[in-house]
Amino acid sequence: MQITRDFSHYVRTAGEGVQHIDLAVEGVHCAGCMAKIERGLSAIPDVTLARVNLTDRRVALEWKQGTLDPSRFIDRLAELGYKAYPYETESAEATEVAGSRFLLRCLGVAAFATLNVMMLSIPVWSGNVSDMLPEQRDFFHWLSALIALPAAAYAGQPFFRSAWRALSNKTTNMDVPISIGVCLALGMSVVETIHHAEHAYFDAAIMLLTFLLVGRFLDQNTRRRTRAVAGNLAALKAETAAKFVGPDEISQVPVAAIHPGDIVLLRPGERCAVDGTVIEGRSEIDQSLITGETLYVTAGRGTPVYAGSMNISGTLRVRVSAASEATLLAEITRLLDNALQARSRYMRLADRASRLYAPVVHATALLTVLGWVIAGASWHDAIVTGVAVLIITCPCALGLAIPTVQTVASGAMFKSGVLLNSGDAIERLAEADHIIFDKTGTLTLPDLAVTNAAEISTDIFELAGRLALSSNHAVAAAVAQAAGARSPIVGAVEEAGQGVRAVVEGVEIRLGRPSFCGAEALAGGVNLDAEASIVAFSKGTEKFILSVRQGLRPDAQAVIAALKARNIGIEILSGDREPAVRAAAHALGIAEWRAGVTPADKIARIEELKRRGARVLMVGDGMNDAPSLAAAHVSMSPISAAHLSQATADLVFLGRPLAPVVAAIDSARKALHLMRQNLWLAIGYNVLAVPIAISGVVTPLIAAAAMSGSSILVMLNSLRACSASRKIV
Amino acid sequence: MEILIILVPLALMLGLAGLAGFLWSLRSGQYDDLDGAAWRAIADDEPPQEAPAKR
Repeated sequence: MQITRDFSHYVRTAGEGVQHIDLAVEGVHCAGCMAKIERGLSAIPDVTLARVNLTDRRVALEWKQGTLDPSRFIDRLAELGYKAYPYETESAEATEVAGSRFLLRCLGVAAFATLNVMMLSIPVWSGNVSDMLPEQRDFFHWLSALIALPAAAYAGQPFFRSAWRALSNKTTNMDVPISIGVCLALGMSVVETIHHAEHAYFDAAIMLLTFLLVGRFLDQNTRRRTRAVAGNLAALKAETAAKFVGPDEISQVPVAAIHPGDIVLLRPGERCAVDGTVIEGRSEIDQSLITGETLYVTAGRGTPVYAGSMNISGTLRVRVSAASEATLLAEITRLLDNALQARSRYMRLADRASRLYAPVVHATALLTVLGWVIAGASWHDAIVTGVAVLIITCPCALGLAIPTVQTVASGAMFKSGVLLNSGDAIERLAEADHIIFDKTGTLTLPDLAVTNAAEISTDIFELAGRLALSSNHAVAAAVAQAAGARSPIVGAVEEAGQGVRAVVEGVEIRLGRPSFCGAEALAGGVNLDAEASIVAFSKGTEKFILSVRQGLRPDAQAVIAALKARNIGIEILSGDREPAVRAAAHALGIAEWRAGVTPADKIARIEELKRRGARVLMVGDGMNDAPSLAAAHVSMSPISAAHLSQATADLVFLGRPLAPVVAAIDSARKALHLMRQNLWLAIGYNVLAVPIAISGVVTPLIAAAAMSGSSILVMLNSLRACSASRKIV
Repeated sequence: MEILIILVPLALMLGLAGLAGFLWSLRSGQYDDLDGAAWRAIADDEPPQEAPAKR
């Protein structure tokens, strides 16, 4: 059988006779890397463009059509020491990029208008106390209107649209008072200008939009960056499948290019990248990522396999099915849909604040108008004062209070290896007081490790590792990796279902089942836990036993202790068997644990905790965890999690340690504290400014100064979220 | 104060030129890679056949 790599799925035509591909690259950090990659790739003949994007960690490549194979670029980058893989822009990321550009354009327009209107306003402010002619003042006001009205109509779109959406859903959000404030300020200024009045608020309205757009842009940019990183990580997993393109010919194609009905080959030691049904072959498969169960399942003709299952021993042919055809998946999808529907409609802090804020402000403005009329003022003067109240209370600082903190805090979380999937996750995470951990793949590492390597002398272990390289078995692969073996032993023979043997310097060495190596007696004598797979190794008459299992994450114990110190309740809910869960719970000192739990049971437990008033953080990776991730108050997944779980979780953490869980909780708590503080700052400013507005002595100068002063104060306060505590445990 | 007839349009023109420049730089992708651009400015030598920028 012949295997080829086929990347044609990712190549697109970029103009006359030129082809284009985007690669995600791992490990690009500095200018040196950038120059090295660009030079290395440009040196290939017929390459017309090689440009690194250091922010997104990607390379854009273009070459003359039909001259080069994209896999050559990947090989070249591997020679240079970088792992790369073609990248396909997901629609979610494309939306964020477009949104980010639109906001930047709005910000540009608003900033331009603010500068120019200010240039006209300052002469008017100073002229009002000196000797400016009314005609000159009107001229300047009209010019301001000419700049501010079109600019506000364009740059205000994000707010007007969002406010309209909220109003047509019969709710309110922060954008409603903002839009009302801006429209009234502009409308009143036009009317005042027509009547040759002394004050116009064009500057205040457009400056408000500028400040708010800064907040929006920062917020959007963080989301865009997170999406880019998540997209790269997904691409670098390089999920491919061996697809049959002829009766006896296979091609290694990216998963995105595989369709239902295709037949793929699943070799031992490979992780299945698709959902499907076995049509030929027999093997043992590890479905721990799907069910949490660490015991292998026997697969034969007709057995459903899911993306994420690991094939252990034999070769399988799998017919790819459309998702949700299989029974287990259908059940999980049903539970997930229910959980997502029932997910208590969490009200964001900002929306809760604006729900209180908007009616109070609008009522105050109305009362001001009525109060002045009763006190004997003309309707015109009363309305002008009422509008001034609305302008000065326009929630500029309030609109910045939360997005700025979110931006800074998510940047800090990003540094500690946590990506945010949803914006309000920070608030919800800060409230969590009870954590439910899944065991397999969350508290333990997803890959196998040799647990008793320390008991065996290094040269023997190394020899076993080299021999293991000749086997396709997943357990052997773990031994080879643990031993750091690189050069396979020449002439090694694999006996299917038994093990591998070879002769080195006249001595026979064997690795495999205890019976294959004649080490039954030794294996029987070792008392190992239920989860471990046992491999024997013999060199002549010397016999050794290796225990291979999923190990706990290196810092799991310390993290659990740190969480306990923060007064957070901890429990384990696992789909695995009792002895395995008991052992993990015991090792970590977790008193509360349940084994053999189904997805429905997990949800039931979360609901029970919810009723008791606990706010549950669910940390899980299996596909069986997806419904409970959606049901919990807030949820986290490791980056190795099943696709469905990763998409459902609010936060995703990277790497092998569990420490990001604590770091994220700490950052979130600090961020929530700062958000509240910011809201109080914004409200405090209003408490000071509103009486001035009601008394009717507000001038545009006071409005502008108060608005920018409070906004800058809030922004500076938000920056404090950056100094997240470094000590985690 | 007749000077205003020249100065005000001049100021507006300059502002609009700035805005046009910003929108152009945004469209030509100059904000796509801020980290990379910072380093490129101090890089010694660029590969000679380097194309100017991606669309």
